[in-house]
Amino acid sequence: MTGGEAGGVPGTGGVLEVVRAGALTTVQDLGRVGHAHLGVPRSGALDAPAHRLANRLVGNPEDAATLETTLTGCAVRAERPVVVAVTGAPCAVRIDGRPAPWGAAVRVPAGAVLDVGAARPGVRGYLAVAGGIAVEPVLGSRSTDLLSGLGPAPLAEGTRLPVGEPAGPVPRTDAAPAPGPPVGELVLPLVLGPRDDWFTPAALRTLARATYRVSSASNRIGLRTEGPALERAGAGELPSEGMVSGAVQVPPDGRPVVFLADHPTTGGYPVVGVVPEEALAAAAQAVPGLPVRFVLLRH
Amino acid sequence: MRVLPMGRRALLVEVDDTGQAHALHAELVRMREAGELPESVEIVPAAVTVLLDGLRDPRALADRLRHHEVPEVAREDAASVVLPVRYDGPDLAEVASLWGVDVAEVAEIHARTEFRVAFCGFAPGFAYLTGLPESLHVPRRATPRTAVPAGSVGLAGPYTGVYPRTSPGGWRLVGRTDAVLWDVSREPAALLTPGTRVRFEAVEAVP
Repeated sequence: MTGGEAGGVPGTGGVLEVVRAGALTTVQDLGRVGHAHLGVPRSGALDAPAHRLANRLVGNPEDAATLETTLTGCAVRAERPVVVAVTGAPCAVRIDGRPAPWGAAVRVPAGAVLDVGAARPGVRGYLAVAGGIAVEPVLGSRSTDLLSGLGPAPLAEGTRLPVGEPAGPVPRTDAAPAPGPPVGELVLPLVLGPRDDWFTPAALRTLARATYRVSSASNRIGLRTEGPALERAGAGELPSEGMVSGAVQVPPDGRPVVFLADHPTTGGYPVVGVVPEEALAAAAQAVPGLPVRFVLLRH
Repeated sequence: MRVLPMGRRALLVEVDDTGQAHALHAELVRMREAGELPESVEIVPAAVTVLLDGLRDPRALADRLRHHEVPEVAREDAASVVLPVRYDGPDLAEVASLWGVDVAEVAEIHARTEFRVAFCGFAPGFAYLTGLPESLHVPRRATPRTAVPAGSVGLAGPYTGVYPRTSPGGWRLVGRTDAVLWDVSREPAALLTPGTRVRFEAVEAVP
């Protein structure tokens, strides 16, 4: 028996056993809201639209927990029959070695191994299972927060993940359109402020015109860049202030860092501008070395 | 009060000092509880700012806030916590020398200071406590430690802090408490929340 179109076959809960953990695979949902004032990062899926789509394809509510893979995918064995969908960075999907559709609901028979292949192109894949990954929530979320260590540990070989009861039937979907990962370059709109006045006019011109590259030091906390340093207008230190997702912080080395889901809740480096939330999914899929341009917008 | 847009969903409200930030934070929390701010808005205080995140219409709120009178906070309104501390930290002698007092006096001065949680950050449940006068501010260690044990009480700049769990850190450690700073099964999970008044009580040994 192989995986095929889901056709309304209900998932049955059970357990997914991790056969291949990949470079970094974590449990993610829409994050931990309402605790930033206690120093708790939002966390949650970096490519939120892809996470939501994967859930919709298998009939889950959008806030159900999925698995977020990084570059190399992952593989899991289903103890009982489950319906899954893989979205985000395009990749090969295989069930017991046989090709299965990407971006669609597919049925995985009991005992079969679902393999989510390497991202081609892009970085992060989302594996949703009907019923959701049912690890115990922490502060209202199942997300792994790599900055503060809240939520389940990143997957390791042998990790057993409980699957919840499916909420309802799997919807019939012919094709689910989704924007692909950025190819060629990543263009990020940047709403200037609140600390753009900490930088020289020349630095802001550089920010608007220069091409940066995605640094290999990027992670769930931030998209780091390599490129020309941004010069500050004066000396002095900024007292710590609250941070938002998409904030572009400029540390002393002058290279902009775009804050992603696991960013610290407060920080002491000036934020030159903020990338709107809609553009962060593309940032989450930008591979190291990809050129990055900022398009400056004023309020 | 300066109201600065931060992206399209947030406002950063800047005031002159930590006392004003405390009063502004209390007022914004009151407004949210009274339904004058959306229930879902995140209110994140910091040293001299309060961040409002998750706003649908930041511009309209910015206009309202610019004309808003922030009342002073009644001190007795805030919750209060006493933390038992054994003052035997590895940097106690250094702090004594920076303060120009002997080691026993560090504990005495620190334990009679009224602190308040200015804000949280760095790690879940890590509170930045203000209260020490400027003459007692000390710089961070030149080289941070790779592992500071949970419960360590440290000083850096204007702040005192207690490490909720073992983590790297560059603060100067004067003592240690057994209090549980962070527990996700508790509501709220943080023992020290913004605005809370805090006193340290010198004990011979952690009970």
